[in-house]
Amino acid sequence: MIEVIGLTKQYSSTTAVDDLSFTVTPGTVTGFLGPNGAGKSTTMRMILGLDNPTRGKALIFGEPYAHLSKPLTKVGSLLDANWIHPNRSARSHLRFMAASNKIGVKRVDEVLDIVGLSSVATKAAGKFSLGMKQRLGLAGALLGDPQVLLFDEPVNGLDPEGIYWIRTFMKNLATQGRTVLVSSHLLSEMALTADHLIVIGRGKLIANSSTADFIARSTRTSVRVRSPQLAELRTALTDAGLAVTDLDGALEVTEAPIERIGDIAGNAGLTLHELSAQAGSLEEAFIQLTGDSLEYGTSRAGAVPAPGLDPHQGYPPPGYAAPQGYPPPGFPPPQGNPAPQGYPAAQGYPPPIGAPPGGYQNPGAPTPSPSTGGDPR
Amino acid sequence: MTLINVERIKLFSTRSPYWCLIAIVVAALGFATLFGLIESGRAAITYLVLRGTSLGMSIFMVLAALSITTEYRFGTIRNTFLAAPRRPTVLLAKTVLIAVLGLVVGTIVALAAFYLAKGLAQSPLVPMELNSGDDWRQVLGYGPLFAIAGIIAVAVGAIVRQSAGAVAILLLWPLLIESLFTLIPTVGEKVGPWLPFAAADKWVAPSSSISDLFQSTNTGPTPIQGLLVFAGWALVLWLVALVLLQRRDA
Repeated sequence: MIEVIGLTKQYSSTTAVDDLSFTVTPGTVTGFLGPNGAGKSTTMRMILGLDNPTRGKALIFGEPYAHLSKPLTKVGSLLDANWIHPNRSARSHLRFMAASNKIGVKRVDEVLDIVGLSSVATKAAGKFSLGMKQRLGLAGALLGDPQVLLFDEPVNGLDPEGIYWIRTFMKNLATQGRTVLVSSHLLSEMALTADHLIVIGRGKLIANSSTADFIARSTRTSVRVRSPQLAELRTALTDAGLAVTDLDGALEVTEAPIERIGDIAGNAGLTLHELSAQAGSLEEAFIQLTGDSLEYGTSRAGAVPAPGLDPHQGYPPPGYAAPQGYPPPGFPPPQGNPAPQGYPAAQGYPPPIGAPPGGYQNPGAPTPSPSTGGDPR
Repeated sequence: MTLINVERIKLFSTRSPYWCLIAIVVAALGFATLFGLIESGRAAITYLVLRGTSLGMSIFMVLAALSITTEYRFGTIRNTFLAAPRRPTVLLAKTVLIAVLGLVVGTIVALAAFYLAKGLAQSPLVPMELNSGDDWRQVLGYGPLFAIAGIIAVAVGAIVRQSAGAVAILLLWPLLIESLFTLIPTVGEKVGPWLPFAAADKWVAPSSSISDLFQSTNTGPTPIQGLLVFAGWALVLWLVALVLLQRRDA
């Protein structure tokens, strides 16, 4: 149980966190979402007593972190996997943390085992790969078997296997009734991990709702159809009263179930080359919400696609509907960002509407690859 | 006590403290060996023989400063504060560990250097003996000196939070800044001996007439005053470090 009440952090000229209030409840993974520089890390550091808030307070079990006795047994955190001494062995790293909270050495070996680092426990942590460092950080968070866990961008820079592993791990922790707060700047990642979302931009709260709600509210879905008889198809669809937009060699139909479009085409005897559901891009939704609050955006026009502008134009059967026209340099959303592209979820990204969070195919699972062009649901 | 143990684990689970300790021993014993051997040990006078130990004190300050600056360098200070959010106790634990280590290392190294030179010197000008309290002070005085120097170094490390900066300050201060200060007319001569490291040196310098051989003027603090001045500087710096540590973001 984490309570953040009117939390504010001001540096000399900028306000990193601005009057932020929210509560994180046990038993779910809560995503803490915002663009880079939105104040996620600062907020987490204030929750953990590392940074002093300018105003407001953050409470864990009704107390400021600094007042907790043996805090590691109550709150585990992984804010930065690189917070290790390169010459110190993984085991010594955990041993000093354990000793400070009177946690036995036995538990150190236990958590090393849980994260699968037992075989390299005596090796210098500086030689670890990023994935191994993340595991070590996770081991540190788990040391005291805490009820509250905070993770700051835990999947950053991880390979697909590592991402899948951490994601599953966090979900399991929540299933055990723990409070899990995990930050990310990738909505697509959070959609797969979090049940609840707290979205911030420029230090201000933008949304606080369930993940499904947030996505449903902020994305639109459409169906993309291709046919050699495009003109006939367009007529058939408009005759049926559907809203049709012309794309480059295809049609986009909004606000209609995919089955209905298939039926209309079938009844008209038209050949279809493609019939695919297009999930409104999560990133697009995210940017529309946080666009105003971009810390380092180039310009608003660049960051937010104008309404009505077709985001899929000229895009190959997307599955991952990244709008054209951005990213503005320096900002990391869909295109050009290795994380979303790199892991298998990118291909055939399922339309999120109505789907229970966590009900998606786990990309690491050995299931047949979904068809290109999106989940044909 | 728990936190002192934590600091012990942290300090001795990295390599640099061991290298520093080796360097201290080499500096102290190497100097003692030279004084014991050159000209059959004619110059083997306790104060001079233990100049190498004094150099070792500078190295010990590097060790002490690194014990906190590397935590900032690698971010482990945050792990430390996450595990023990009461920062004053963390600084206290670190300081106590370093001070005790300094006491032990300073005492052992000074005694070893003394007896090494004594054993090697065949015809010293003045026999090296530990008879009077004055004799003992010049050797065992290095224990408290190392301890206090360690406290200063931890404080400077916590204030500067940067290895290179802290080491530069701690090495340049006694070697350069204080000796330059004494060059200032009138003021330098009067205040110079009360600066921390000059004062500390008084604590291990001979107080009898022999001292006139090495020091042009015999003004400044007495040995015990020297020690107190050194300790006073350490306390002030440590309190500054404490306030900053509490106030700053980790």
